[in-house]
Amino acid sequence: MTSIAARNAAEISQRGRLRSAAFQGFFEGSIKVVLTALTLLSVLTTIAIIAVLIEETIGFFTMSDHPEISIWSFFTGTEWSPLLGAKPLFGVLPLISGTLLVTAIAGIFAMPVGLLTAVFLSEYASPRTRTILKSVLEVLAGVPTVVYGFFALTFITPYLLQPLSTSFGTYNAMGAGIAVGIMILPIVCSLSEDALRAVPQSLRDGAYALGATKSDVTAKVVIPAGLSGVVAAFLLALTRAIGETMIVALAAGGLAHLTANPSQQVQTMTAYMVQIFLGDAPAAGVEYRSSYAVAFTLFLITFIMTWTGAIILKRYREEYE
Amino acid sequence: MKTGRPIAQSRRMLSNRLMLVACLGATTIAVLVLSALLITIAIEGTGALSWSFLTSFASRKPAQAGILAPLMGSVWVCAICAVVAIPVGIGTAIYLEEYARRSRLKSLIQLNISNLSGVPSIVYGILALVAFVRFFGIRSADDPWTFGNAESIFYLQIPFGPSVIAGGLTLALVVLPIMIIASQEALRAVPQSLRQAALALGSTQWQVVWHVTLPAALPTIMTGAILSMSRAIGEAAPLLVIGGFLLVFQTPTNLMSDFTVLPLQIYNWAGRPQTDFHQIAAAAIIVQLIVLLAFNSIAIIIRQKLQRPLQS
Repeated sequence: MTSIAARNAAEISQRGRLRSAAFQGFFEGSIKVVLTALTLLSVLTTIAIIAVLIEETIGFFTMSDHPEISIWSFFTGTEWSPLLGAKPLFGVLPLISGTLLVTAIAGIFAMPVGLLTAVFLSEYASPRTRTILKSVLEVLAGVPTVVYGFFALTFITPYLLQPLSTSFGTYNAMGAGIAVGIMILPIVCSLSEDALRAVPQSLRDGAYALGATKSDVTAKVVIPAGLSGVVAAFLLALTRAIGETMIVALAAGGLAHLTANPSQQVQTMTAYMVQIFLGDAPAAGVEYRSSYAVAFTLFLITFIMTWTGAIILKRYREEYE
Repeated sequence: MKTGRPIAQSRRMLSNRLMLVACLGATTIAVLVLSALLITIAIEGTGALSWSFLTSFASRKPAQAGILAPLMGSVWVCAICAVVAIPVGIGTAIYLEEYARRSRLKSLIQLNISNLSGVPSIVYGILALVAFVRFFGIRSADDPWTFGNAESIFYLQIPFGPSVIAGGLTLALVVLPIMIIASQEALRAVPQSLRQAALALGSTQWQVVWHVTLPAALPTIMTGAILSMSRAIGEAAPLLVIGGFLLVFQTPTNLMSDFTVLPLQIYNWAGRPQTDFHQIAAAAIIVQLIVLLAFNSIAIIIRQKLQRPLQS
């Protein structure tokens, strides 16, 4: 590789003599300008997302024919019925609670299973087993989320949940939550494993030398040492769960109400947006515009979670030499 | 004291054993879930899978329905996404890794990119709806700016409306952060000594990038690109927001064509109550998974064939 670099460099310096220095300078300069412009595209995307969401959300809160809608009533209202009844009600709490219920179920499934699998991969598995299991996880990570929605609808609910209790309907928060949990499992697992493997071997050896068993080493040394990475992995996975759309649109149902009962159907923020954008609500109508306010709420929640994850990683990372 | 010790010992051994059992159990769950998923889909879907399923359009009768339109739609949208997201992603990564100095601005851009990768894809759909489909309302869709003639595949109208190009650009927004982060990691893995050697021979900064750093990082970048594309080909939510059609009876012919994609078609069929439609949904999922598997195998082959150790 080094020899290729050397040969290339020699070739370049020969070619360079043919070009004038002025052209070279201009060329280098314009490349830098182009690259800077490309980088600014990602900044522009963020600005555009925030601007579009704020502008459309303001439009929703200031609709002249719906003076009853205010930011206060939106964030504290406990009823969300934009399409039913003579007077639509826009209180976002039922959508938030639906989202949190599904996310909580997903987290309760994926966090322990993912972390323990990560421990197995990093502390117990032989290199061969590790390679095989990693590829299983890679397959799981690559499956489109709509497939998990189908799985929830045709397997999890009818074959796992409904035999347990007849209270589970075709659409329920539990089935969707488990499917979302399966979706985020590879994220929890591979990111936690990275964090655990980054813990230096000398820490483990030190604990073993003091007579610790393998479980002591894992639970009292390795996991605490890699904790910031594990917590960041959990946060990232939960952020993905909150923003997940196709699974909940297929399997969670479409009824927005405040409930913590996982056998009932719930509507999440994302599922409501799907309902609106698929339906024939007029683009200037109040239901259609409400979806922008919901999207803004969703964006704020995920933004805060990603930010927190980044801060945790930065501030609490244990650095080892 | 004499008897205390063995008890404590055995308790520790027990907890040691329990830990292993818990880890093994969790791993088994992960493997079981994947098997259950694949088996369910295989049982439901293989019956409906046939050549005519691949070559016919959607239909109200499940027995005659096929996935030609969504299959070609996925190809078009993914190709546009690749053409936009891969160069922009690599370019951004080159700027951040090779050009930008350590500064507050750089760390802010970096933080911004990791934040973008956490934004739910449906939110990108909303941005795309306003920016690409409606062009911020600057120009009405009834009276668009038109470029080229309708026979050419590069026929273009602004605003784009819910067309193939709007879909491709939407997916490019979704996968761009992934592409940037993957390329950055690839560039970071190139040993500093290679750059120093080229600089010492009198190369300019771009010559170092073009002739030394980029070729060395290319296999890893390509793996990242393929993984980004496999993410793009599975996305449904943002395309649903911009108005990807659920029923399309033609394959795209130019950038302004209507389109649907495989995940949207799967969503449409899976959401219906009749089990006949679940079977063709499962068949479409099989096709989708085979495409993804092909993508992943290419990535693995590239990783193994082209990745030579960089330090001699």
